[in-house]
Amino acid sequence: MTRNTILSRNRSVDPVRLSERADWIRLETIRLIEIAKSGHYSSVYSCAEMFSVLYYRTLRLDPANPRWADRDRFLLGKGHAAIGQYPILADLGFFPEDWLDSYTRLGSPLGDHPDMNKVPGCDFSSGSIGHNLSVGVGMALAARMQKRDYLTWVMLGDGELNEGQVWEAAMAAGHYRLSNIIAIVDANGMGLDGDIEDVMGIEPIASKFEAFGWTATEIDGHDVGSVVEAFDAAQEATGPHVIIARTKKGKGVRFMEVSPHWHLGYLGPKDKDVAIAEIGSRIAK
Amino acid sequence: MDPASWNIETSLAKLPGLTMGDELCAMAAEREDIVVLTADLASSNGTSVFRDRFPERFINTGIAEQNMMSVAAGLAASGFTPYVSTFAAFASLLCAEQLRTDMAYTKLPVRILAHHAGVSMGFYGTSHHAVEDLAIMRAMANMTVVSAADGNATRGLLRATADIPGPVYIRIGRGAEKPVYGTIPTFESGRFVKIREGADLTVIATGIGTKIAIDAADALVQDGIALRVLDAAWIKPIDRDAVLAAAAETGGILTVEEHNPNGGLGGAVAEILAEGGIATRFRRHALPDDYVLVAPPSHLYRHYGLSADGIAAAVREMVAN
Repeated sequence: MTRNTILSRNRSVDPVRLSERADWIRLETIRLIEIAKSGHYSSVYSCAEMFSVLYYRTLRLDPANPRWADRDRFLLGKGHAAIGQYPILADLGFFPEDWLDSYTRLGSPLGDHPDMNKVPGCDFSSGSIGHNLSVGVGMALAARMQKRDYLTWVMLGDGELNEGQVWEAAMAAGHYRLSNIIAIVDANGMGLDGDIEDVMGIEPIASKFEAFGWTATEIDGHDVGSVVEAFDAAQEATGPHVIIARTKKGKGVRFMEVSPHWHLGYLGPKDKDVAIAEIGSRIAK
Repeated sequence: MDPASWNIETSLAKLPGLTMGDELCAMAAEREDIVVLTADLASSNGTSVFRDRFPERFINTGIAEQNMMSVAAGLAASGFTPYVSTFAAFASLLCAEQLRTDMAYTKLPVRILAHHAGVSMGFYGTSHHAVEDLAIMRAMANMTVVSAADGNATRGLLRATADIPGPVYIRIGRGAEKPVYGTIPTFESGRFVKIREGADLTVIATGIGTKIAIDAADALVQDGIALRVLDAAWIKPIDRDAVLAAAAETGGILTVEEHNPNGGLGGAVAEILAEGGIATRFRRHALPDDYVLVAPPSHLYRHYGLSADGIAAAVREMVAN
């Protein structure tokens, strides 16, 4: 394995390109859901910019060596957004791009939720929400014990914060003063049954984490410049750090932004063309 | 009652069968990948000796068992072999989903030290009774399930499972078990241990059942009944050959376990017999399919017939019919 295959941490990338990659993730999500005829569009759309910044700029990775011991870990607590992760992993060379065409088909490595033993580049399986922050605490403790300098990033949904285990993990990360774990909350404010505020309110998120010994930053999760800045700063934080990214479910396609029904669904041909045209118009600019 | 028995350290000193702390120290001295976790129970389960000797490899998550299990999975995914310890009732029921999704599905080498199994915490109440764990664990793909008859068996099973690539559920008693093994036994994967040979009936027992089955076998000699006694130390994978041989050679099987009758050792043996088309005398000797009374464990064992007398009576009935 030659060292020059490694994607270094915090690479210098044009912010316009990062925004375009986010929209490309949105288009790929539409393409893959066409195969499955069902999928989570809008929860990918709320974190598309953060996926883009993480994978194309922030994380230290080696696509030729997916289990490289010193890679930065990324755990997708909100595992149903895996469909947004797969095109990136293929694009970076973790696995052949034609795997994408098998999405959710019998025997495919690519299901609606990530599987660490089937998907190169996937650092842990998820699906039952609320577990991955704990797993991340285990990985961060492991790094400390092994004296490795990798960072563990865990992306959670704000609905996921309703799960009690998240707060057990937050307590443990605070107790162990883990400076090598960074949580990202994709706070799109929406669950399957509607506004999280109505279903089971979780605000104020920042002060809850802070009470467990974390530092917290709040950003606009769709503003690439803010995301880059927050991701850079988080790596320098003392103790565990959480970035609460205020986002919009279905961001980037107007009819999805105004309707909560796209957590899980299938765009018919007409809606699909409208969505592709809208996203495509931004990339063409 | 001796007031000193309520002192945890004194109480522990009386429980020589909780050997896992010592054994893990011995193993960890040779293997740097071993880490031990507990949820505020180091003083209760004897992992305190590991904490004192290897503080840098000991993690106490506080009373947050589900977090502990998933943290262990994260450690395992990063190259460690975690031994996670808590009461069997909490390991199996409270954390069933973490064990299944974060360890079994992911095939990670986490070992679950599920101690104080069965009704060994009798008077602490139903919440502390672990009588469904074998059924739950048996239903999980990739999960190896073993069950210790005494302290030496615990040591032997820790050694025998040390290199299994996936998760292992290790069912352990309270440490007060009467000894079955005079020395540390060598266990073979998926094999029962033949403790007594006999031609009239086979008792397949696990956990505390093994010692009382041996005592029953001794008592039954006076009745002219020769019992074969097998220690089902390995529950999954199970010893299919030993079950079929017992049916063919001794004409009947009685299973003995400190568990609900459904889905545990008895259920596993019944499945083998049924699928093998074997018609033989068969009976499950277990706790009732009900919530067990609250009482000191010794009273419960007597009350529910988990005793040499209880087993002997069941055997006599089976042999007579």
